[in-house]
Amino acid sequence: MKFLFEKDTWQEIYGSIRKNKTRTAITIFGAFWGILLLVGLLGAAKGIENSFNNMFGDFATNSVFMSGNRTSMPFKGFQEGRKINLRLGDVDKIRSEIDAVQFVVPRNATGGQVVHGLKTGNFTIFGDFPLLDEVQKKKLIEGRFINQSDINENKKICVISEGVYKELFDKNEDSINTYIKISGINYKVVGVYETSQFEGKNNIHIPFSTFKLVYNKGDKFEWMVVTGKKEFDIVQVEADVKLLLKNLHKIHPDDNRAFRGFNLGERIKQVTGFLTGMQFLTWFVGIATLIAGVFAIGNILLITVKERTKEIGIRRALGATPTKVRQQIILESLFLTLLAGSLGIIAGGGILMLIDKFDLLVNPTVNIPIVLIAYAVLVILGTLIGFIPAYMATVVKPIDALREE
Amino acid sequence: MIRIEKLHKSYPIGKDSLHVLKGIDLHIKEGEFVSIMGSSGSGKSTLLNIVGLLDEHDEGDYFLNGQLIKNLNEKKAAILRNKFLGFVFQSFNLISYKTALENVALPLYYKGINRKDRLKIALEYLDKVGLKAWANHLPNELSGGQKQRVAIARALVTKPKVVLADEPTGALDSTTTDSVMDLLKDINDEGMTVFVITHEEEVAEQTKRIVRLKDGIIISDELTKPAKAV
Repeated sequence: MKFLFEKDTWQEIYGSIRKNKTRTAITIFGAFWGILLLVGLLGAAKGIENSFNNMFGDFATNSVFMSGNRTSMPFKGFQEGRKINLRLGDVDKIRSEIDAVQFVVPRNATGGQVVHGLKTGNFTIFGDFPLLDEVQKKKLIEGRFINQSDINENKKICVISEGVYKELFDKNEDSINTYIKISGINYKVVGVYETSQFEGKNNIHIPFSTFKLVYNKGDKFEWMVVTGKKEFDIVQVEADVKLLLKNLHKIHPDDNRAFRGFNLGERIKQVTGFLTGMQFLTWFVGIATLIAGVFAIGNILLITVKERTKEIGIRRALGATPTKVRQQIILESLFLTLLAGSLGIIAGGGILMLIDKFDLLVNPTVNIPIVLIAYAVLVILGTLIGFIPAYMATVVKPIDALREE
Repeated sequence: MIRIEKLHKSYPIGKDSLHVLKGIDLHIKEGEFVSIMGSSGSGKSTLLNIVGLLDEHDEGDYFLNGQLIKNLNEKKAAILRNKFLGFVFQSFNLISYKTALENVALPLYYKGINRKDRLKIALEYLDKVGLKAWANHLPNELSGGQKQRVAIARALVTKPKVVLADEPTGALDSTTTDSVMDLLKDINDEGMTVFVITHEEEVAEQTKRIVRLKDGIIISDELTKPAKAV
């Protein structure tokens, strides 16, 4: 293997490759394209995954949204079509009776006109517990979120989203500890948070207890977010909670219309499955292209060996042993795959950088070990495929090779 | 230097075989300047290929530099070619994408001499054939005569025992033929054994010994008048 580290060997190969630029370019194109595709696609797939994760931000993804609806079956003397309202008592029952549940967050919401100075706007007003911050993490730009003493004392404070701030306040205007008027009542702004894509941007949160008094809600609330503990299946959690609620509200066990539910966990699982499938496809396409590229290198080397029969004959007449000839061709193949691989990785990286720069996807990256493995596979296959033309080059007798025109 | 005894060679053509060399006896001593004359099909190229270890003979013995050549594998043949033989071909056989200098240096590469040294040696030999100024030109930028001189420099660069020239002037006009033959004569004068194959009478006359071949046998083997008084 000493020849591998001799400058001369590589100089000879470099010379033969440099002087035949078109041939070299055509030869490496397939493998270059293969690794470019692999890096580009894997990076893009990762970028899509990141964008997706980003969209949910710090949302608890193993959650279900539930609200009351109307019954569709008569039960225990009740007629069908009865309106079901969720109540705070239900929340306590769910918390105490279902182990798999991590958080239950009741929420209320309404629309309202909001005024600050000369600016007005229509926004969604939520009545929330501090617990909301656990399932839909708010990235606060300044100030704080609702806390327990706000709830206990029915404080007239509010936390607004960035979108609301932009509509109601001038640029760089201080918002904390100023007052905004919601449906005719003044609330003190205590926090501004960064909007996440999933929630919508025009939200104002006030304490649940304050909402209850102001909008005369009593014990009723509109919907709740239920999150499951990590080790439990969210679909099962949803079923358990629904069954409990059906018991509490005297609803027929088979009545599937009494509650509305949106199982975010399940939806996310589907999308994740899709992403996994896409990643698998990416691997498949990338590797197949890579292999096709390697074969293209072998194929073109085979053709060039045929084309170079005479050159090889001359070299042998001048004293090249068959081993030397084979070495040269295998090393040419190795060199070409190295070149193709390096260029492909650089170009793939460049494309990912462009995607990142223009914010088409979030953080499209490929793991370095994966790139190195793909590179190693390419180089090994490239070397192996080089054995075929190398063998073909020495199978012809030098005398016949010299006669070739 | 070269001793051939009762050499036979035939090529299979379909079911039959073509008997090309029918018992050649030839002895060439060191420092001789020999030409093999014969019309096409006389077997002269076959003889050169066998002497040049590019082809194998069927029967008889061939000694190169006292060594019996028999059942050589490709590797040994390549090493012997590199060590003892220099080739000059009718069609020059330069590698088109290498410069004159690199072409001359190529046999040294296979001899395992490092790049710096071999380029230096190659340049010396290019100088010797009068083409130092053309060292960095590609073969297609050279005239036929120049190409052949590059090829001769390449044949000489490994300091072989024998230079084998297969119709070295076959593709050249008469003026360049003379310059190439003068070069071969000079080489011979320095003590190199030169073995030329030709069908041109004028070329053969410039060598010191003419062996005439017809239908695979030697019909005459005579010394020419010394061209130069030594």
